[in-house]
Parts: sequence; structure tokens; C-alpha cells
Amino acid sequence: MAVETTERAPAPSPGRRTQSAYGGSRERPAGGFELWSWLFMRISGLVLLILAVGHILIMHVLDDGVERVDFGFVAARWQSPFWRTWDWALLVLALIHGINGLRVIVQDYVRWPGARLAVNMAFYVIGFVLFVLGTVVVFTFDPNAWPAVV
Amino acid sequence: MAKRKSDVGTLYKGSPGQWSWLAHRITGVAVILFLFAHVVDTAVIGWGPEAYNRVVEVYHNWVVQLLELGLVAAVLYHAINGTKIMLFDFWPSTTRHMKALSLASTGLFLLAMLPITWLIGTNVLESAGVL
Repeated sequence: MAVETTERAPAPSPGRRTQSAYGGSRERPAGGFELWSWLFMRISGLVLLILAVGHILIMHVLDDGVERVDFGFVAARWQSPFWRTWDWALLVLALIHGINGLRVIVQDYVRWPGARLAVNMAFYVIGFVLFVLGTVVVFTFDPNAWPAVV
Repeated sequence: MAKRKSDVGTLYKGSPGQWSWLAHRITGVAVILFLFAHVVDTAVIGWGPEAYNRVVEVYHNWVVQLLELGLVAAVLYHAINGTKIMLFDFWPSTTRHMKALSLASTGLFLLAMLPITWLIGTNVLESAGVL
């Protein structure tokens, strides 16, 4: 059998290289699901810039932060459909953005396909359960069930 | 297969963005792991004031408030660095200024952390009984 002496051609890049003339280059998925995932991370990131950063500034930084948060505080806050919608949108986008981020990281570090599937499925199940739990709570919470406190 | 020398003990030397890439991953994982717990602790509000107040009492503990400072830093870093990533990806010509923009975004993050550390820091010291 002849010995292969030629250099192996470099593996084709999975992504399209957005090579600019300025020396910098960034990779972008060529198409399909990964391109949608790439786009989703950026669009949801833009929205989370307001939803998540706003949330941590209001709840953790301004006006004594988390020190003032208790049942009465949340009950008063959730009187407003605006904050319920904000919190629900934050819940949904942060879960999908975060779990998709975990999927990308798992792809890098969990090499065995079986383990990769198991880890990913675990995160998807956690995400779905938390989505249901959070959605039910944010839309069914009724402070009037405890009138003495509010 | 024998390990190449470069496989052990040497630092990965990638693009100048390697550190922000790593920090983006670490802060992202930290935030999503916290979110898992946070959805559950918030859901306890459905069980009434007694249950919920007992749960959020945890957040008034000074050690947890130190972790909270870390959480705020993680979200803020991820947000600012994410903005930088979008800038590079949607307007590739800005990669010409990659170094300056990386410095600017890191500077913005550190600058924002100054008042935040002061505000949460005083809460930490109050909860610890120092102030």
C-alpha cells in the first residue's frame, strides 16, 4: 500500500468567514439551524439588553436593591400588567438564550454523542419545566388571596 | 497518539478576543445557572407571603449579597461584551478598531461597576452589621 505523503488539505471551515479588509475576521454559520441560532442569540441579546439589564438595575442596584424585595414589593409590582409582561418576556428570552448558549458550549466540551445528547436533553427539560412554572406563576399570581399583607 | 508539546502546559494563544470570549462564556453560564434557581425561588410567591418572605430572606444575607454583586457584574459584562460582538458581526468594518473597542467596552464595564459596587457594597456591610 502506498504511503500517503501529500499534506492533508485543511478541513473546510464550517462557517463562512466574514473577512474584512481590515485584518479582523468573524465566523458566521453558513446556513440552516445554526444560522438561525446565531441570529436569535443576537436579536434576543439586544432585547435582553433592556429586559435583563433593566431588571438587575431595578431589582438589585437602585433604591436599596434586593433589601426592599419581599412579598409586598412583588405583589405591588405585579399589580401592573406591564411588569408581569416584562418579567414573562425576560423569563422566556433568558431561558432560550441561556440554554442555547449552553448547547453551544456543550458542543465544544462534551465530545461523546450519547453524553452530549443526555446533557442537552437535561437542559431542555429543565428549561421547559421552568418555563411552565414561571409562566403559571407570573400570570396566575393573585395577591388578594392574602389580603392582610397587601 | 503522543501529545504534542503544545498540548500540555502552554496557554492557548488565539485572537486578541480570547479573554473576552472566555469571560463571555463564564459569565453566561453563571447567569443561566442562577436563573434556574431564581425562577424556582420566585415561584414560591404562589405559596403566599410567609413562604416567599422566608425564601427571599436568603438574599438579605451578606454572603449571598456578595454573590449578588458577582451576578450583577456577570450580567453587565455579558451585556456590554455582547453589544461589542453584535457591533463586529453586523458592521464588520468596525473590526478595524477591535483593540480600541475592546478597551472601551472593558472600560465601560469597569466604570459602571464603580457605583454599583458602592451601592451593593454598602448593603453587604449593613447586612453584615459593619455599618
